[in-house]
Amino acid sequence: MQLALSAEDAEFRDEMREFFTTQIPEEIRDAVRDQREPTKDHLVTSMRILNEHGLAVPNWPVEWGGRDWSPLRRHIWHEEMQRAFVPAPLAFNATMIGPVIAQFGSQELKERFLPATANLDIWWSQGFSEPDAGSDLASLRTTAVRDGDEYVVNGQKTWTTLGQYGDWIFTLVRTDPEAKKQAGISMLLIDMTSPGVEVRPIELIDGGHEVNEVWFSDVRVPLDNLVGEENRAWDYAKFLLGNERVGVAPVGATKRHLAQAKEWAGPLLDDPLVAARFAEIENELLALELTALRVVAHSADGKPHPASSVLKLKGTELQQAVTELVVDLAGPASLASGADDDSDLPWWTRRSTPIYLNFRKASIYGGSNEVQRQIIARTILGL
Amino acid sequence: MDFTYDDEQQALREAVRGLVGKAYGDFENRRRAVADDPGFSESVWQQLAEMGVLGLPFEEQYGGMGAGAIEVGIVSQELGRVVAPEPFLTSVVLAGGLVAEAGSEEQKAELLGGLSSGDLVLAFAHAEPGSRWAPTAEAVRAERAGDGWTLSGVKEPVLHGARADVLVVSAALPDGGTGLFVVRGSAVVRDGYPTHDGGRAARVVLDATPATPLGAAEDRTGIVTRVLDAARVAACNEAIGLMEVALELTAAYLKSRKQFGVTLNTFQALTFRSADMYVSLELARSMAVWATMVLDGGSGEETSVAASRAALRVSRAGRHIGQEAIQLHGGIGMTSEYSVGSYTSRLTALDHLLGDGNHHLGLLAAGVSGYDEVDPLP
Repeated sequence: MQLALSAEDAEFRDEMREFFTTQIPEEIRDAVRDQREPTKDHLVTSMRILNEHGLAVPNWPVEWGGRDWSPLRRHIWHEEMQRAFVPAPLAFNATMIGPVIAQFGSQELKERFLPATANLDIWWSQGFSEPDAGSDLASLRTTAVRDGDEYVVNGQKTWTTLGQYGDWIFTLVRTDPEAKKQAGISMLLIDMTSPGVEVRPIELIDGGHEVNEVWFSDVRVPLDNLVGEENRAWDYAKFLLGNERVGVAPVGATKRHLAQAKEWAGPLLDDPLVAARFAEIENELLALELTALRVVAHSADGKPHPASSVLKLKGTELQQAVTELVVDLAGPASLASGADDDSDLPWWTRRSTPIYLNFRKASIYGGSNEVQRQIIARTILGL
Repeated sequence: MDFTYDDEQQALREAVRGLVGKAYGDFENRRRAVADDPGFSESVWQQLAEMGVLGLPFEEQYGGMGAGAIEVGIVSQELGRVVAPEPFLTSVVLAGGLVAEAGSEEQKAELLGGLSSGDLVLAFAHAEPGSRWAPTAEAVRAERAGDGWTLSGVKEPVLHGARADVLVVSAALPDGGTGLFVVRGSAVVRDGYPTHDGGRAARVVLDATPATPLGAAEDRTGIVTRVLDAARVAACNEAIGLMEVALELTAAYLKSRKQFGVTLNTFQALTFRSADMYVSLELARSMAVWATMVLDGGSGEETSVAASRAALRVSRAGRHIGQEAIQLHGGIGMTSEYSVGSYTSRLTALDHLLGDGNHHLGLLAAGVSGYDEVDPLP
């Protein structure tokens, strides 16, 4: 047993820290620090700088830009990025469709898409959820019917995050209506400028426009845009969702936000009840961080550590707990969410409630926390 | 960074698991052991001595094994897994730890030697009516008497105080500070009684009782604090063993118990609560393992904070898991015949032995504005 990082890993950490705090423009990192909605330009600029230095897609196979790092190094990379308020590489590209194409796509698909995906020359959107297929994803109903050398796609996807910026969308579609529900699903890559694709904004309770509905009406998609084999996409989706859970516990970012909240609290920290609340959340975060370290230090053989399912569940709860704490620190000023910079109230108080409301999403996406409980009960406890 | 036990540590775990598993794997044996005084099995105590467990943290020149906090943690976890009633925590880690830190050469040779060989049971007489986990003594006072010292006052509860051959007693010194003294068990009035977790405790009355300073008769608050912190970390490890098994028992019960014609694991209300118990356990385990490593290599101040952090998380987890283990079992969990309630009882005892969750939360909250964020790595 040994708590300290090895000299090599400590050096790696210093390198990452140096890079993230000096190479990504401060303007971009300030926006992340202040939890402003990311602009497309910020995310593209940041990911291209990362990609230029081989830091955008370290989790990919080496031939496509991956780094073959240990899970611990990948964790350090991710934590240091959050610590420096650098926006993470766009998840749809870096942790979702990229690894799926690299693992299951044809050589042609890899060459066509992977370099552009790593560099965010293509902005991917995710077309999985449907109005009647949420946690029960396999009940999806969007269809793709072969017609010559094309598929004709009809249906509706929803909760498409940042779909308004999307160039392409990776979708799960039903190609065999006769098969039992998991068996008849395929993965299609669809150009969002195709005729028949329509993106409609969904306004959320925080007043923002982060997610969309995407409608497909007789959209014609070349057969070449199929990933892997027809009717086998349930396996690809499970692979993708498994990757989504890794790094879904935003320990570093939550720690930084709690530290910010301490600054904002000022004299309120003299109230023992407020101080106790900080101390308890901080302690839970420490337990989470240590659990994440245990998981990465132990998963060298490539198999996920059973405790990894704890990370999403607890990580999102703590992320939410911090946003809730900030609203409480703001007090009545938290009502002024519609005020602009002419307001006498500090900006963080005005932003606190929209952020709190926005982060209710965290325990729903990426496999809802109830799905995580189901996984723990079934696969770990054998219930 | 490495969170795994090495081969020697694994071997220690297996050896201890084998020994206490044989003794208490059948819960009925544990019930029998705690039914009569001294509340544990003298023969298991002797076997632990022969295995080297009772001298584990002490230097070899005093009959010990020269092992560290990691090994003490492993033993504590294994004792927890079977709710072993032997006083490893109070006798070896606490009282023995004080002797190792403060004792003279002769005292270390005699007391640690006797403890390691199983010939002596030690107890730390520290808690006083009204005290709440302070490292200091108030009600029991030390006075000079000729060349020596006497102690007067009441210590209660003193865990295993009635059985102990030797008591290490904390006492307020005439010129301020808290000293440590050695008193023979036979020299004091002791009223022993059982504790709810199957253990034993005593009211110890000192009335101008002759006492020998442990080392020098000087303020030992710093040493008491350090040893209490080490004991907190050991107690966290014991609690991990207890919680592991409480959850295992609960999961197994849900799979076998039938109601409404189906096993209980078909009810999501129950399986989700088990999943939350698992989350509590893993978070607590991470903290206990971390605090153990900090204790093994860190400074006193770092260890104090780490011990408080682990104690807070383990307290929360112990209550959650202990309460839910009984609830998910239903009526059978309430009976003394079935094991799970004893796990909850022991978790409750550990929680209040060295400072409960809110005690440690208070300490942490008082310092929360003094730093930006917590970095767990050295």
